[in-house]
Amino acid sequence: MAEITLLEAVTQALAHEMEADPNVVVLGEDVGVNGGVFRATAGLWERFGADRVIDTPLAETLIAGMSIGMAAQGLKPVGEIQFMGFIYSAFDQIVSHAARLRNRTRGRLSCPMVLRAPFGGGIHAPEHHSESTEALFAHIPGLRVVIPSSPGRAYGLLLAAIRDPDPVVFLEPKRIYRMFKENVPDTGEALPLDVCFVLREGSDVTLVTWGAMTRETLAAADAMAREGVRAEVIDVATISPLDIQTILSSVEKTGRCVIVHEAARNVGVGAEIAAQLADQGLLSLFAPVKRVTGYDAIMPLHKLEHAYLPTLERIVTAVRETLEAA
Amino acid sequence: MAMRPEDPTREGAHDAAADGSRPVARFEVRYSQILDHTGAVVGRLPKLAREPRALIPLYRAMVLTRLFDAKAVALQRTGQLGTYPSSLGQEATAVGLGAALESRDVLLPFYRDTGTQFMRGVRMTDILLYWGGDERGMAYEGPVEDFPISVPIATHAPHAVGVAYALKHRAESRAAVCSLGDGATSKGDFYEALNAAGVWQLPLIFLVTNNQWAISVPRCDQSHAETLAQKAIAAGIEGEQVDGNDVLAVYETMRRALARARAGGGPHLIEALTYRIADHTTADDASRYRDDAEVSRQRALDPIDRVRKYLTAAGAWSDADESTLEAECRLELEEGVKEYLATPARAPDSMFDHLFEALPAALEAQRDEVKKGGSRG
Repeated sequence: MAEITLLEAVTQALAHEMEADPNVVVLGEDVGVNGGVFRATAGLWERFGADRVIDTPLAETLIAGMSIGMAAQGLKPVGEIQFMGFIYSAFDQIVSHAARLRNRTRGRLSCPMVLRAPFGGGIHAPEHHSESTEALFAHIPGLRVVIPSSPGRAYGLLLAAIRDPDPVVFLEPKRIYRMFKENVPDTGEALPLDVCFVLREGSDVTLVTWGAMTRETLAAADAMAREGVRAEVIDVATISPLDIQTILSSVEKTGRCVIVHEAARNVGVGAEIAAQLADQGLLSLFAPVKRVTGYDAIMPLHKLEHAYLPTLERIVTAVRETLEAA
Repeated sequence: MAMRPEDPTREGAHDAAADGSRPVARFEVRYSQILDHTGAVVGRLPKLAREPRALIPLYRAMVLTRLFDAKAVALQRTGQLGTYPSSLGQEATAVGLGAALESRDVLLPFYRDTGTQFMRGVRMTDILLYWGGDERGMAYEGPVEDFPISVPIATHAPHAVGVAYALKHRAESRAAVCSLGDGATSKGDFYEALNAAGVWQLPLIFLVTNNQWAISVPRCDQSHAETLAQKAIAAGIEGEQVDGNDVLAVYETMRRALARARAGGGPHLIEALTYRIADHTTADDASRYRDDAEVSRQRALDPIDRVRKYLTAAGAWSDADESTLEAECRLELEEGVKEYLATPARAPDSMFDHLFEALPAALEAQRDEVKKGGSRG
């Protein structure tokens, strides 16, 4: 079994589910003949035809909005927004309709759709191509926000997202699209949504992260291990609804927590995790919860993006501060 | 109707201008009317109207809609209903659409489509529940595939594209109708949807109820285009105008467009010209921004009066019929209102019932908190 990248795992999941369920359709800009600008839909058009792998006009509101109509009609649309930076014109559709359709019809209509978008910095992309604004979506009731951090989780979580009976915003960390490979057998086995994954067990400090930042965070855990510090690393994966129990259980064990995310700090998902820890886990904490995040500045163009993104060093420093606090 | 560009290579196909340029495409937008405001037949009567009495159900639906609107406004004024948008004066467009739709079609309505929704089988109680502040009013038992009304303007236009795509994808002989107002034609959602419907030749009709006012903004300030129907032309779709106060013209134009769409003939845009006699909603006061004289002039073009005149002239309607009809409608209305007012309140924690198919564990504590009736802190 050949090993595949996170990007190839996305393609593998799409192909698997399109084969298994004739109601699954893929739509977006350049997803058909071209196979997507990142090639996430490569080969699907040839295999499943233009009627199910739909090249849309250049219109993000349309992609999200027609997915809602398709989903209400029993199709399982997987829309692609080419870059997260272009998702905002679809925001109204996601917030006002996708997240609300089941609730406002008391279950008469539902919206089993997935909206995929590559996000995050670190690939020297043009302006508007590098931000991480997952917190905007995590704030919306009725919506799931899922972020994979490895080929295996991309495959399993995307399958789960497509099979889920409710709308999912599926954000793909493009910096690690092709960074490493894993053996991901095409078994069709989904991973659970709404739960965190413990990537590494430890008893001294809990590191909470998601997406591309799992790489730096795991590296920080390695670095700390050389100093005898055993860090537990948690990949949140479904950032909304948030599985705080897994994080709480870990913090009850370690008494220390560092949250790492690429997005800006202000009102980020890290703030919600810290608030819930303060509410329910305060008495387990030996030290204040630390956050290592992008800055509350506009993501710089790529000459400076390295200065914006959290680094291994910043994570290690935060962990040390946490350990020294008490 | 939009005309396709003529073959530019054909000899003498075009008139070259002095600068050598020549027209490559020509378009026109047609307007139709069957019954004018006096009740006179000015167009070709559709099959439906060969027997005048066959118009009575349409007449009845318009009367019922008008009485319902008046009742809903009264309920709002007496604190028994939330903000309500009356469709006073637009009944012919709503009912003409309702009459042309078949149950297999899918309607994506907006908030002034009450009359159409009644004809689709949405109950008065549901409409009242919704405007009374209860989501159960969107759980329609009748037209189970119809969308609930869209409150944000034009945002349902892309949904209609998705619905129509699904219908076409399954090769079903059905069509979708997206109903919107004149203000909606200024929004990007509308253009994106119209464009895509053209690209994929979807079984989708856009019905623009042009009631001349988007709250306080008149039609002339909404767009410099001569007609809203012509917005279809840029998307390669046929657009036409119809007298929106003429229930027969709306019905017949919609019927033809729907039949064509169901048969694979593609999308269509129909602009129904009518007038919003009422305020935008019960929270609005139109006297702040428009002249009473304009409203009076429009009242003379009333959609209901003209049908009564037509039926009366044809010997198919009497004062006694009118009294009977009104009594029937009032009875129906009373029952609907009674049922609405008697509907037991929802449990507060039901706000969590349909957030997702199954409530995520993360939300159980909040639901339980509401269930207990207060903060756990």
